[in-house]
Amino acid sequence: MSKIIDELLYSESHEWVKVDGNIAIIGVSDFAQEEMGDITYVDVPAEGDSVSRDEDFGALESVKASSELYSPVSGEVVAVNEELEDKPELINEDPYGAWIIKVEMSDKSELDTLLNAAAYAEIAK
Amino acid sequence: MDNQVKTTCLHGEHLALGAKMSPFAGFDMPIQYSSITEEHNAVRHKVGMFDVSHMGEIFVSGPQAEEFVNHIFTNDIRPLEPGQVLYGMMLYPDGGTVDDLLVYKEYAPDAYLLVVNAANIDKDFEWISKNAAGYDVKLLNDSDNWGQLAVQGPESEAVVAKVLGMDLSGLAFYHFVDSELKGKRAIVSRTGYTGEDGFEIYACPEAIVELWKTFLAEGVAPCGLGCRDTLRFEAGLPLYGDELSADISPVMAGFSMFCKLDKDEFIGKEAVAGQKADGVARKIVGIEIADKAIPRAGYPVELEDGTVVGVVTTGYHSISLDKSICFALVDAAYAPLGTALSIRIRHKVFPGIVVKKRFYQTNYKK
Repeated sequence: MSKIIDELLYSESHEWVKVDGNIAIIGVSDFAQEEMGDITYVDVPAEGDSVSRDEDFGALESVKASSELYSPVSGEVVAVNEELEDKPELINEDPYGAWIIKVEMSDKSELDTLLNAAAYAEIAK
Repeated sequence: MDNQVKTTCLHGEHLALGAKMSPFAGFDMPIQYSSITEEHNAVRHKVGMFDVSHMGEIFVSGPQAEEFVNHIFTNDIRPLEPGQVLYGMMLYPDGGTVDDLLVYKEYAPDAYLLVVNAANIDKDFEWISKNAAGYDVKLLNDSDNWGQLAVQGPESEAVVAKVLGMDLSGLAFYHFVDSELKGKRAIVSRTGYTGEDGFEIYACPEAIVELWKTFLAEGVAPCGLGCRDTLRFEAGLPLYGDELSADISPVMAGFSMFCKLDKDEFIGKEAVAGQKADGVARKIVGIEIADKAIPRAGYPVELEDGTVVGVVTTGYHSISLDKSICFALVDAAYAPLGTALSIRIRHKVFPGIVVKKRFYQTNYKK
C-alpha cells in the first residue's frame, strides 16, 4: 500500500500539489515512484516557463522507461528543485519531500477539480 | 490474464519472489525482482541468474545435417569440433534477418542444436522446415521440453561448478559439455548475453526449477529481463526486433563478420555480398549524448538543422558507464565514428556523436 498524505491534492496522473498561497508546489506520489522503480533522471522546465493544466512539463526517467509529468495547474514556473539534477533518487526515497517545481497559479479554481487524499486513494492501487 | 500468454517452468518461482512481471515474446516474464540497477551490478561484479527458458531449442540431425545447417546459417559450421558453439544468423534471400541464433555442434555425429529467440520459435521452425526440402535431415522443435538458466558474472564459474559438481575451469568460451540431471540430458555451455563470463544451462523443466532454488540458496541474484537488456546493450549485442530484423540485415547492423562469404552458398549470401560491395542505405550506430536525458527506442536522430536522419533502436543511461548512449538506425552517410548527430528527447534536442557500439569492455574467458 503506497503512502498518501492527507493535506495534499492529487491529479489522476499521480502528481501531488501542496498549496501555499498562490503557489502550487508539485511532486509525484509514492504510488508513482513505486511504479517507476529507480528514477535516474528528472527532466524539468526552466524557471519562467509557463505550464498549462494537463500538459506535460517534464518527465521522470527510470532505467527502463520514461514517464511524462503533467501539470495539475496552469501558471508560471517560479522554482525548480535543482537538487534532483544530481539526486533524482530523492523522489524514490521521499516522494512527498522531493518537490519538482513550484508554479505561480494563474487560475486557482483549477485546484477545485483535483482529488483529495481519499479520492486519490481509490485510483492509487 | 490472456490465455495466449505462455509461462516458463520457473513462473511460480518468479511470483514467489515478488518479481514485476510483463509479457515478453509471448511469455509472462520477470522484468525485475529488486531493481534493474542492483541486478545489473550483480552480474557485472558478482553473479546473477536469468530464466531464459522461453528460448527455443531446435534439433537438426541426419546425414546431411552439416550441409543443411550451413545452407540456412550465415556462419560456417564446417570447422566446428563437437562441443563447440557458433553465433550467426538465418537470412531471407534479400538479406533481411530471420533470426540470430547459436548453433551447437553435438558430440553425437551429424547432429546440431539451434538455440533461437523465443519470439521467433514458430517462425523459425517453419522457415527451417520449409528450407529442409530435399535434405536428408530430421528436425525437432523441442522447446517445450527444455528449460534454460543463464548464470552470468565473474563469480559464475565457482558457483556453477559447485552446484553441478563439475570442473568447469577447462571449458572455454563458446564451448559446451553434456551432462545429466533428473535422468535427462542437460547441456552446460560457456555462453551468455551480458558481456561477462557465464554459463547457460539447458535441462528438463524439473531440473531447472531445482537448480534455480539451489542457486538462490547459494546467493546468486535472480535477474530479470530489464537488466538482461541493459547488459547486452552495453556489451554491443543486438536484440532481434531492435537491431536485427526482416528489415535490418547483419550488414546494416555491423555484423557481417558472422556471414561467411567464402562458403559455397547460404540463403541470403548474394544479398550480403551485394550489400558489402555496394554499401547499405542505413546502418546501426552507437551514439553518446552529453546529458543524463535518456534516448529511448523510437526517438528521432537529427542533424543540427533539424533534418531527421535516423531513429533510436535501444537506449539507456548506461548503468556501468554512467553515460546516456543508444543504438540508432541512421542513414549510412552519418554512420562514421565521430559524426555529430543529435537526439530529440521530448521537446529538447541533445547533441551527441557517433561512437563505437561496444560501449562496455567485455570480460569473456577466452
